[in-house]
Amino acid sequence: MGITLTERAAEHVQGFLSKRGKGLGLRLGVKTSGCSGMAYKLEFVDEAGEEDLSFESHGVTLFTDAKSLAYIDGTELDFVKEGLNEGFKFNNPNVKNECGCGESFNV
Amino acid sequence: MALLQIAEPGLFAAPHQHRLAVGIDLGTTNSLVATVRSGAAVVLPDEHGRHLLPSVVRYTPDGECVVGHAARARQNEDPHNTIVSAKRFMGRGLADLDNPAAMPYQFVDAPGMVQLLTRAGVKSPVEISADILRALKARAEASLGGELVGAVITVPAYFDDAQRQATKDAARLAGLNVLRLLNEPTAAAIAYGLDNASEGVYVVYDLGGGTFDVSILRLSRGVFEVLATSGDSALGGDDFDHRIYCWVLEQAGLSQLSANDTRLLLTHARAAKEMLTDAQEAPIQATLSDGQLVQLTLTLETFEQITRTLVDKTLLPVRKALRDARLSVEDIQGVVMVGGATRMPHIRKAVAEHFRQPPLTNLDPDQVVALGAAMQANVLAGNKGDDDWLLLDVIPLSLGLETMGGLVEKIIPRNSTIPTARAQEFTTFKDGQTAMALHVLQGERELVADCRSLARFELRGIPPMVAGAARIRVTFQVDADGLLSVSAREQSSGVEARIEVKPSYGLTDDEVSRMLTESIAHVHDDIAARKLAEATVDAEGLLAAIDVALASDGDLLDAAERSALDAAIAAMRAALAARQTVGINQAMATLNEASGDFAARRMDRNIRRALTGQKISEL
Repeated sequence: MGITLTERAAEHVQGFLSKRGKGLGLRLGVKTSGCSGMAYKLEFVDEAGEEDLSFESHGVTLFTDAKSLAYIDGTELDFVKEGLNEGFKFNNPNVKNECGCGESFNV
Repeated sequence: MALLQIAEPGLFAAPHQHRLAVGIDLGTTNSLVATVRSGAAVVLPDEHGRHLLPSVVRYTPDGECVVGHAARARQNEDPHNTIVSAKRFMGRGLADLDNPAAMPYQFVDAPGMVQLLTRAGVKSPVEISADILRALKARAEASLGGELVGAVITVPAYFDDAQRQATKDAARLAGLNVLRLLNEPTAAAIAYGLDNASEGVYVVYDLGGGTFDVSILRLSRGVFEVLATSGDSALGGDDFDHRIYCWVLEQAGLSQLSANDTRLLLTHARAAKEMLTDAQEAPIQATLSDGQLVQLTLTLETFEQITRTLVDKTLLPVRKALRDARLSVEDIQGVVMVGGATRMPHIRKAVAEHFRQPPLTNLDPDQVVALGAAMQANVLAGNKGDDDWLLLDVIPLSLGLETMGGLVEKIIPRNSTIPTARAQEFTTFKDGQTAMALHVLQGERELVADCRSLARFELRGIPPMVAGAARIRVTFQVDADGLLSVSAREQSSGVEARIEVKPSYGLTDDEVSRMLTESIAHVHDDIAARKLAEATVDAEGLLAAIDVALASDGDLLDAAERSALDAAIAAMRAALAARQTVGINQAMATLNEASGDFAARRMDRNIRRALTGQKISEL
């Protein structure tokens, strides 16, 4: 399965990477913390780790590690606007429930 | 559902721990708020997509406080309760204001800072600025989906202590945590990423709506230092509108317009000016209140011609700042353009010609300061890796202490980079002196009377000692926000006194420039005054010492010697009264000579006294 970006998310990621002037791609990850068990992580990647898995989506390289992938396999990362706020949103099919804020989740 | 932003490698925050920070450009005419999202600095728009928030606050009859476009729209019909340009009043007393009678406000002179009487009560400029900051904070929190950990707020490089303190107070009132106050030109340089560039000297040319500022920054080892600032507080884009307006009056043969027609034509003038940024000519069409139709075409060439003097006027402060920094055009690596008025092509051309290189213009000149502030806020909030900047700013006028004779001893010279701390030792002037008054001053002149008094405090509890024996270390410290604290400590006893200098009211930039020009114009007077004051202090010290000597050992002199010495003393006092440096020095030489023999005899007697009854072996 793997992980993907929506086209809109990919456009934004490419924009951010070019403004930043460096970076191989985007890291999606999962940390075991947060109010509902797990928490997402979204970072630029300057160096790939040895254990990293990578995926291509709309011209953007996505990195994750095997442990994280178990929780986010099949995820599509979207970029959305809500009122004045805008940012990335994980559409993760593995989630059973998430905390009200959506920053952490349970599988 | 929280929306996520991309973080730097390894820096993604735990849920609910995002360190949201913004940069705020609190401007005279417009204000902006910006942040760094997914690594990129962006200005946050309002719900209509507008980036600029007019710095206008209106207190409505139903007790509401309206900020921004809605307030500005009502400015003409409700001038008393619609406050524009509150930034000009920050940290200022009524006496500091330029022609307050011409402004539509009801000023209340209050100790410290002028206040404005509105229907919502008496408002201080700090409260009005806080209302603007509150609106920006609300916009930021709605855009970022959380509470802010802090903000970097920009201030003009020439803002003095009182104005910086007032800005910080406004932020606190608005519930904002100030990570740091940042100089506007420094913020602009950061936005252009000059901090990542090679080392060099950069000029920031900031032509706003009503003010012009030029700053010279030096970047070395990743550190920004403001070398010099200059400007004109009454020159801006509005003056260009006014020139077009005058041209329209002349061309259309108009005179004595009503206030409404004036406003109408000024609006058209402004539109024409903006159009000429990309076009070769702009039509001006307006129907006046008496039905008369004004129909003209302004060509770029004519526009450049009628505003040439304004453009040239901006180059004067540019030269002055270069001179202050002891640099020439060849030393400048880059020129940053700030302020909407720098969109005018002939301004860019003039600046390019002056510096013999094209200026940096690819960022929006209205946004560049806010963007730089946001980038600095992002670093200070801890969202960036180790490639941190340390920023240095400058103090606009020297800071010093009053010494005997009404002279100013400069402790921190002007254009010193901050934060800084300097210490100097002072001593007592009189035997048994147990207290010392410290008078903190700001300015370039030699005499206290010509400088600005910032604060006074006293160091008490100095152990009684002979004059000159006490060692009092006075430390001046200016923090990163440009605020001064002064401490004095007697070294042997450890008694200490200190003061935070929050001057009751600030300096206008006109005053700063006046004080600077005067210090140059009066350099000879000042040297003469200093010499006179120094001679006077020396002479008074000598007289005091002789008085003490005569009281204890007067019997060493016979009548003739005594009267000769008395005559020299009288001559000395007369010379002091005449206040002529040469005369005082001559009388002092005579008095020294006349008392030389007496001093030698006193020394002999004292040695004899000390030695009487002592054995050689015990010495």
